[in-house]
Amino acid sequence: MNPEPLWEVFVRSRRGLSHIHVGSLHAPDAEMAVRNARDVYTRRQEGVSIWVVPAGAITASSPDEKDSFFDPAGDKVYRHPTFYDIPDEVRHL
Amino acid sequence: MTGHPGPPGTWDGRSSGATALEPRMAYVLGLGDDALVLAHRLGEWIAAAPQIEEDIALANIGLDLLGQARNLLTYAGELEGAGRDEDALAYLRDERDFRNLQIVERPNGDFAVTIARQLAFSAYQYELYDRLRDSADATLAAVAAKAIKEVAYHRDHATQWTLRLGDGTDESHRRMQAGLEQIWPYVEEMFDPDPVSTGLVPQRLAVDPGELREPWTAYVRPVLTEATLAVPEPAFHGRGGRRGVHTEALGYVLAEMQHLHRAHPGARW
Repeated sequence: MNPEPLWEVFVRSRRGLSHIHVGSLHAPDAEMAVRNARDVYTRRQEGVSIWVVPAGAITASSPDEKDSFFDPAGDKVYRHPTFYDIPDEVRHL
Repeated sequence: MTGHPGPPGTWDGRSSGATALEPRMAYVLGLGDDALVLAHRLGEWIAAAPQIEEDIALANIGLDLLGQARNLLTYAGELEGAGRDEDALAYLRDERDFRNLQIVERPNGDFAVTIARQLAFSAYQYELYDRLRDSADATLAAVAAKAIKEVAYHRDHATQWTLRLGDGTDESHRRMQAGLEQIWPYVEEMFDPDPVSTGLVPQRLAVDPGELREPWTAYVRPVLTEATLAVPEPAFHGRGGRRGVHTEALGYVLAEMQHLHRAHPGARW
């Protein structure tokens, strides 16, 4: 049994990139959660910035809504930029 | 060995059986032994901490200290010039030749005892390394400059827990206070004048331990006050680690730490 609240951890691996969800952990409060995240998720130089969010503060999509949420995108190939020739000079597209 | 009894309530009166060492080597060895022995103590928490997050945190701190120990013991061996490397110094010396402060060898106790020890020692090590960065010894200055960032985190970790345990529940407060009471008898030794460093201070090769008491107190006292904890007033003070005088706890640490290397010399993974 662990009575401490659960926190979701997001780490930015380097400048210019986004914070990415890396996992979760238990901690008594936000300050300790950041410290625990530092030890659990960045001890091999994985990050330059950490966010922690109370797991209860996250609103997730429901598995029941999977069909109406995600299936309609399946046959919309025209939403992908595959019909353009991308010049070599344009990077990161 | 007929050593006369020392002042009551101290270990000072014991005759010393420690090997005489060149002062610079002895000084570096003492700092290396502090880090090595505490690294081992923190390693004992692995798979036994109150939660997995803390398991990893204490192991990380232990590994930071082990890294410091490796640098310092290697350098001590170089200063000695007798061909002893870090392994020879870590695994092939006996209790009386270890120069660590007694506080680092004290048993882990419960989590609060460990946090009390971490708070007292990391606050000491922080002030020490802060000053050693200006040492005339370039190697020692470089080790201190790298390690102080690690130690700043160790001190913060211990501070955060001291505040939460001290100003937490009745039970956590009781345990944190009890942890302080167990560790504080070994605090004074950190600031004791030590014959080895005394000779090195004028050349800026070492830091005068007495100089650390005031900044240490200025950091630790407000933490205890904010945590609603009382500063213990121990009737007994353990002393003499830098001269090879140790509590009964160190022998058990060394038995576990050195057994494999002594049973299988040169063993590798």
